[in-house]
Amino acid sequence: MLTFAQLNAYDMLSNEDILQFRADFPILEETIYGKPLVYFDNGATTQKPLQVLSKIEYAYNHLNANIHRGVHYLSQKATEAHEAARSTVAEFLGAEKREEIIFTRGTTEAINLVAFSFGEAFCKEGDEIVVTVMEHHSNIVPWQMVCERKGLKLKVVPMNETGELDLQVYDSLLNERTRLVAVAHVSNVLGTVNPIRQMIEMAHSKGIRVLVDGAQAVPHIPVNVKELDADFYVFSAHKIYGPTGIGVLYGNYDVLNALPPYQGGGEMIDKVSFEKTTYNELPFRLEAGTPDYIGSTALAEALRYVSAIGLNEIAVYEHELTRYATEKLNEIEGMRIIGTSENKSAVISFLVGSIHPYDIGMLLDKMGIAVRTGHHCAQPLIDSLNIPGTVRASFAFYNTKEEVDVFIQALRKVVIMLS
Amino acid sequence: MTINQLQDQIVEDFSQFDDWMDKYALLIDMGNSLEPLDEQYKVPQNIIEGCQSRVWLHAEMDQDSIIFKGESDAILVKGIVALLLQVYSGRTPDEILTTELYFVDKIGLKEHLSPTRSNGLVAMIKQIKLYALAFKAKNSKL
Repeated sequence: MLTFAQLNAYDMLSNEDILQFRADFPILEETIYGKPLVYFDNGATTQKPLQVLSKIEYAYNHLNANIHRGVHYLSQKATEAHEAARSTVAEFLGAEKREEIIFTRGTTEAINLVAFSFGEAFCKEGDEIVVTVMEHHSNIVPWQMVCERKGLKLKVVPMNETGELDLQVYDSLLNERTRLVAVAHVSNVLGTVNPIRQMIEMAHSKGIRVLVDGAQAVPHIPVNVKELDADFYVFSAHKIYGPTGIGVLYGNYDVLNALPPYQGGGEMIDKVSFEKTTYNELPFRLEAGTPDYIGSTALAEALRYVSAIGLNEIAVYEHELTRYATEKLNEIEGMRIIGTSENKSAVISFLVGSIHPYDIGMLLDKMGIAVRTGHHCAQPLIDSLNIPGTVRASFAFYNTKEEVDVFIQALRKVVIMLS
Repeated sequence: MTINQLQDQIVEDFSQFDDWMDKYALLIDMGNSLEPLDEQYKVPQNIIEGCQSRVWLHAEMDQDSIIFKGESDAILVKGIVALLLQVYSGRTPDEILTTELYFVDKIGLKEHLSPTRSNGLVAMIKQIKLYALAFKAKNSKL
């Protein structure tokens, strides 16, 4: 993984580049209450480029037939597209084998799959799962469920006041009972880029597996699962300019191969009889039912789209945008930025004075600015900070400094109204 | 005044403003001028948890009518709470149960009542009606 200092070796995307990319996203031309949309809620979901939208239309118009097992031409074409998408994802993540890519409905389902199947295969009463205080609910609740079902204990890694994980405590939590660590690559609230590679190395030195929630990472920084040596890495298509309803579970082949099925149904079987059913091989064994082959095809297009721009280039541009926005925000009296790590992605959470985040979000909305407010599905983190929630601005490469200026000007007005 | 007359008055107060900023400034004023809820009523059973903000609602009978007291941690929500209390507090259970709530919609603040905003207001209105129903049932038994 490159640090942001190393990323400076990459050229900054120019204003012309950005304007050209923006033209790929028709929704950015929308007006909200008569004002131009400023979309700063990319952490929740990203907008879709025409390339992805037209791929969906193309797939339904030319490739739509249920995949696998079909003897007819169209089924064959659809199967090829779906399996080619799997290869595209494998390549994008730097996976060794395409069988290591399992399509799911999203990050949440991917984590639930691992929590269930890994729990069944490798965990027994008294074992421990380690998560961190900054996890999204989707990387907490599935583990709590497996803990309840199997009698496991959940251990939580704390963080310091800048929003960085305490690696000393982390190390002390890894013991002979620990079976798995589940950690976000990038925090959806704080923007902290966690030292995943080091954390994986520390866990592996004790024979502990690691699942990385990459939902907030893959759209913003280059990710290579082999370099990271992650056992599981998960993300959602809709957060990286792809469609909703499809996501990815990467799993190291040997670990994945040891997992029992998560759901039963079509696709995942070898032979079915009422006496005994045998299961299919990877990746199909973990993909019950008709997969979202239109979604996978569109996801592949989205990955090609960002790869053509370059994840390094995107990271450099967004880093500068985040730096600029942070600087401007800090000029506002009473500003408190939540999450001030040196290693931050394109997310800024903040509070102003004692103003409630809901009030700021509602008034910004009136000015055409879309931000998110509340606990961001990370209640334990918000509670640990003893705050009612935050206002969160999260950027994508199609956002501009001009939009940041509009946002800052609007925020200043809002703060005056509410003070 | 009836509940509807009170609602009409609020609609009139807000109708003098065309600009959303002025409307919201008035709403913020309403919120700021709402008497803070006595700490003794800020108990867990009076909290209506929204995803975004929380509302406290306390109810007690005063002869035939219900006295509501409330507050919120978000000022815009508090402003609407103030308006709702203006309309509903001091009314009989029957009045509350038989009158339709329309002023929030008419003054252009409907979005605050969208369940997806999850600010506790929708649950608060439901809770007001439930109190009315409960007090009515209690009264009819006496």
